[in-house]
Amino acid sequence: MNKVFSAVLALVIFFLAWKFIDWAFVHAVWQPDSKACRAASGACWGFIAEKHRFILFGTYPYEQHWRPALASVFLILLWFLSAWRIFWRWWLAVLWLAGLSVIAVLMWGGLFGLPYVENERWGGLILTLLLSTFGIALAFPLSILLALGRRSDMPVIQALCVGFIELVRGVPLISVLFMASVMLPLFLPAGVSIDKLLRAQLALIFFAAAYLAEVVRGGLQAIPRHQYEAADALGLTYWQKTGTVILPQALRIAVPPLVNTIIGFFKDTSLVAIIGLFDLLQTIKVSLTDPAWTGFGTEAYLFAALVYFLFCFAMSAYSRRLERVR
Amino acid sequence: MLGVVWYLVSNTLANLEARRIASGFAFLWREAGFEIGEAAFQRYSASDTYLKALAVGLANTFKASLIGIVLATVLGTAIGLFLVSRNRLLKTVSRAYVEFMRNVPLLVQLFFWYVTITEALPPPREALQPLPGVFLSNRGIFFPLPGSVPVLDGFNFSGGLAITPEFAALLIGLVTYTAGFIAEIVRAGVLSVPRGQFEAAYALGLTRRLAMRYVVLPQALRVIVPPMTSQYLNLIKNSSLAVAIGYPDLVSIANTTVNQTGQAIEGIAIIMAVYLTISLAVSALMNWYNARLK
Repeated sequence: MNKVFSAVLALVIFFLAWKFIDWAFVHAVWQPDSKACRAASGACWGFIAEKHRFILFGTYPYEQHWRPALASVFLILLWFLSAWRIFWRWWLAVLWLAGLSVIAVLMWGGLFGLPYVENERWGGLILTLLLSTFGIALAFPLSILLALGRRSDMPVIQALCVGFIELVRGVPLISVLFMASVMLPLFLPAGVSIDKLLRAQLALIFFAAAYLAEVVRGGLQAIPRHQYEAADALGLTYWQKTGTVILPQALRIAVPPLVNTIIGFFKDTSLVAIIGLFDLLQTIKVSLTDPAWTGFGTEAYLFAALVYFLFCFAMSAYSRRLERVR
Repeated sequence: MLGVVWYLVSNTLANLEARRIASGFAFLWREAGFEIGEAAFQRYSASDTYLKALAVGLANTFKASLIGIVLATVLGTAIGLFLVSRNRLLKTVSRAYVEFMRNVPLLVQLFFWYVTITEALPPPREALQPLPGVFLSNRGIFFPLPGSVPVLDGFNFSGGLAITPEFAALLIGLVTYTAGFIAEIVRAGVLSVPRGQFEAAYALGLTRRLAMRYVVLPQALRVIVPPMTSQYLNLIKNSSLAVAIGYPDLVSIANTTVNQTGQAIEGIAIIMAVYLTISLAVSALMNWYNARLK
């Protein structure tokens, strides 16, 4: 029975795989030639070949594309280094600061003879990477404060933290993004305006902070009671106890679920496409509106899926390895 | 703290004044003036009020979420059991499915299904007919109902049960994505049951299938229910991505309302209040169910 079933399953998988390979490779068109694409029965990867510059860099000035390319490589390298436990030292923070400064100079320019590029023109992969990086980097400290606040003895602080965390976790991200893009301008005094990118970034930070706070709280709850009592017996103040005894242990426990939350957050940054920011997904969507290239959406979104998959799969593989090592 | 709140409120009031935006919920009783592609469980026309339009959006959200939850649970549980099956091929295929679904953003998947349905499927005149009476076309999917069969009528089908491309894309995307997460939860639940339980069941003469059904799964449920609740809540919240592919859910209609009336604060407050209520209600329901299991 089991063997018959396996054989049938193998046949079905073989048939589907053959169909897919036939479409995606055998009859595919790789040259950026939309006429050849329309004539062919297979996939049109020529669309990606034609539009790859726009997809990766958005509306960034064409002859300056090396700058976001280099910035993306630096950012990925920084993340890669941070994944190794042997680099978890104080100088990693210095390295990040230096790296981000270099990336800022590269992206904005205006120094060392680089022409200035306003951030309305940033787009593509680097925008996705920057939104995720700053989202996590700024949400993380905030989430620690929220998690500590949620376990605090002070009723007002506790109520504020619980309220914030549950409110943000109870509503969809898209409503938080709408709030930032439509409502936030109303809160500011006349004449003051924050640009679209920064508004979306703020929304993402608050959103990520609420989710990370729950993960940090999980880590805090895993610390045995006697650790707190021992720290109290040593006469440490609240901040000394938290900073030197509790948090180092709690965060270490929380690393694998933190990585999973970060993966979810990286995927969620794609939602900024809905409020019109030129992230990786939006550049692909806009490429499809070119009249010469309409109708190749399946190929375009498969490509998007592949790019996101590569990043997320690398992170999940890392998270699994961490869990095994521990 | 209070000072900051006061500062923001006074800014907002000044801005609303300057932009001549009304405040309050009086707009709900005005005529909406826009058509909605599909209305679950009710009739709607452009001359109805904004309140009615939002109710249609809420009903559409409920429709997508409820059908999505049922189908995702069925598909996810099946794949979760495949993940712990002894058939190596089945296990590998299920693992690949789960990894792919979990590592690609839902929004990308929704766009993919939407363009695939609207671009790759043929027009109604050349609709695919995988089963007698079932038609797949770029204008939607049509199923026969007792006493009403879909027939080609001009440029589209009429009769039978029609599923619009928007709803089909949303449902397929939500179900296949969430099933990937549910499968992992089911797998973890089954693995959490000690091996001895299986062995005891075999010793009693139960087959693997019966042991799973009567001994392991009931015990696994205790581990499964809490994370499953958060997946259900995620599915409901994720149904708001409908706005990106044009399915008229609550968020999409509230967004249109905000664009027409300019009353962003009220529109977003409505969205948040509705989702918070749903979240709290579902958590309460699942807590009750979980307490009963113990």
